[in-house]
Amino acid sequence: MAEVSLKGVKKSFGRVEIIKGVDIHINDGEFVVFVGPSGCGKSTLLRMIAGLEDITEGTLEIGGRVVNQLQPKQRGVAMVFQNYAIFPHMTVRENIAFGLTIAGASRQEKQQKVAEAARILQMEHLLDRRPSQLSGGQRQRVAIGRAITRKPAVFLFDEPLSNLDAALRMDMRMEIGRLRRQLGTTMIYVTHDQVEAMTLADRIVVLKDGQVMQIGAPMELYHEPANRFVAGFLGAPSMNFLNVDVLELDGEVAMVGNQSLEPIRVATRRRPFRKDGKAILGVRPQYLRPVHSGKGLLHGIVAHAERLGSETVVDLTLRDERELIAAFNEDKVFEPGVALELTFDTALAHLFPDEGELQTH
Amino acid sequence: MASKLTLSNRAGWTFALPGFALIFTFIVLPFFFAIGLSLTNQRLLSPNPTQFVGLENYQQLLGLAVVTLEPERNDAGEMIRNAAGEIQYPRLRAITRSDDYPQYRGMREWFHWQSGENVMIVIASDVVFMKALVNTFLFVLVVAPVQGSLALMLALLINHKVKGINLFRTIYFMPVVVSIVVVSLLWRFIYDGQNGLLNSILQALTFGLFQPVDWLGSPSTALPAVMAMSIWQAVGFHMVIWLAGLQTISPTLYEAAAIEGASRWQTFRYVTWPGLRNTAVLVLVVITMQGFALFAQIDVMTNGGPLDSTQTLVFQAVERGYGKQDISGGSTISVILFAIVLAISLIQRWLTRER
Ligand SMILES: Nc1ncnc2c1ncn2[C@@H]1O[C@H](COP(=O)(O)OP(=O)(O)O)[C@@H](O)[C@H]1O
Ligand SMILES: [Mg+2]
Repeated sequence: MAEVSLKGVKKSFGRVEIIKGVDIHINDGEFVVFVGPSGCGKSTLLRMIAGLEDITEGTLEIGGRVVNQLQPKQRGVAMVFQNYAIFPHMTVRENIAFGLTIAGASRQEKQQKVAEAARILQMEHLLDRRPSQLSGGQRQRVAIGRAITRKPAVFLFDEPLSNLDAALRMDMRMEIGRLRRQLGTTMIYVTHDQVEAMTLADRIVVLKDGQVMQIGAPMELYHEPANRFVAGFLGAPSMNFLNVDVLELDGEVAMVGNQSLEPIRVATRRRPFRKDGKAILGVRPQYLRPVHSGKGLLHGIVAHAERLGSETVVDLTLRDERELIAAFNEDKVFEPGVALELTFDTALAHLFPDEGELQTH
Repeated sequence: MASKLTLSNRAGWTFALPGFALIFTFIVLPFFFAIGLSLTNQRLLSPNPTQFVGLENYQQLLGLAVVTLEPERNDAGEMIRNAAGEIQYPRLRAITRSDDYPQYRGMREWFHWQSGENVMIVIASDVVFMKALVNTFLFVLVVAPVQGSLALMLALLINHKVKGINLFRTIYFMPVVVSIVVVSLLWRFIYDGQNGLLNSILQALTFGLFQPVDWLGSPSTALPAVMAMSIWQAVGFHMVIWLAGLQTISPTLYEAAAIEGASRWQTFRYVTWPGLRNTAVLVLVVITMQGFALFAQIDVMTNGGPLDSTQTLVFQAVERGYGKQDISGGSTISVILFAIVLAISLIQRWLTRER
């Protein structure tokens, strides 16, 4: 059990700076997920916490102790890797007991702890198998078993479910959630999959290009994204962004509109805007509803529709030739070429400053 | 399984044909020739017609027996001793040339030992072959483990991403690409009994106390000298094989071991060595094969001497087949060597099988 604290942490490989100053404080027993697009430095950050990469700058504390210079084993962490990293020549039992074997534990202790881990992970019947006789999900459970036998202060997971197929991923996700409630240990979990992030995390850290974009509870990030990147990263299909003109500015509220959007009032949330300037309006596809003609805020033509049974995802072309995605939570037929008007609750829309016309999501 | 690729691939078979023809002409055919010739009395050049002799050649090579010589006694039954008090025995010749023992005819002493008051003598129909057999086994038994482990140590040392590591890799590998004949010639100078490099170095290190040794000229040092040089020459080759094996081990396994707190030795024991299992079998088999084929070093450095102390099976096969024009004898040695190597490979495979 321990807190983990990163202060001004940086990492360079040669001359390339990969982690550009990260400050995160993780409370004891908290489940924190690092999420971000591939290559943003999530793994690197996690490996720095594990002690597999050294820290170029800044301090890392685990349990109140600066561990920058400590070896992985002295940090009291356990890690689960994407490609399992279990030893192919050892049985499941030997793999789970590996940390104990290394520490020179007695046979009795090993037996007892392996049995406990096997019970928690429901794999008592697999103990004498070799990794080659296991499925991907079972292998990953062995790796988790190896991690929990040592009772580490912090668990680190690096995309543990990425090599599994979709159905198994969901099972294992729930299993990790259950494990987390059972053990109550601090856990740091890296993933590029926002569903894992949203469902597992107490708090999510969104990373981009080695920098923290936002830290917060999943719903906080979903409903109140601090910037356009976070808004676009969380939620599927991802948020629509419309280039709009600021028509009026009135304290906390801006009136915006464009060719295909009727003027609406949106909260500025203290972000800087200029009257007659440009802005970006974010609307989640799920918040859009079709309405009878004449009452819609947005006007477009159906380009393509996907029926998923519980949901219908419609791809529209707006009057200004831009694309818009709408997701309706009912099964309905939309023929391509048909004109469609949409409305939404303007309180659920977000307005972001336009950082240059060139930048597109 | 017969696949489409192997059955109806005319172009493929055409391309493979020259290779197959060469292998057939120079490996498969001679192999069966050797077996056939070993059952005849064929000589390289001979006016006499070839005769089928069955297993006589094998008997001639492998014939072994133990004879017991009892002390000579006088009429009273007491042992006769000479002036120095040593017990007197009958001459071995009295047995091997006697008509009473036709089965020992022509055999000579290989080695003997004292057993109580008797002397036990192992006699062989072909003592030189027996020495060659023992030397070859000795060579393999020493070279295989020493060369294999030395190569592994070098591979572990240079399996790091450090600047200039390729220089070391090149240096260690260099002896492999030089012809073994050239290397042998050079080492003849190094081992020279008068002012060879080895003697000079040892003398310099001991401030002249070291007495020069004729490394290749004395029966006790000749074979070890050849072993040392052979180990040095091919260690780089096996280092490269180990290195290839090391690089197949996933780096995450090492990271997992590091996080679990494994020491360097534990990492080697639990991660590296198990991961090198197949490589180890390969290295062991290759060194064993090369060891049994020991020839060039002997041919260049010692010619089997001194006193047959560096005779080897292949050297004997060549010496007999071409030196003495006894093609059937040489073939017989080749077939025996084949049987030994086959047996050892099978045993090695069985011992190192996947369990
Ligand atoms: N050992 C390394 N040497 C050089 N560059 C590296 C190294 N490890 C990672 N990187 C670079 O750091 C960036 C972040 O990598 P990583 O942390 O693995 O990303 P991800 O968020 O996908 O896990 C990538 O651009 C990668 O190329
Ligand atoms: Mg990664």
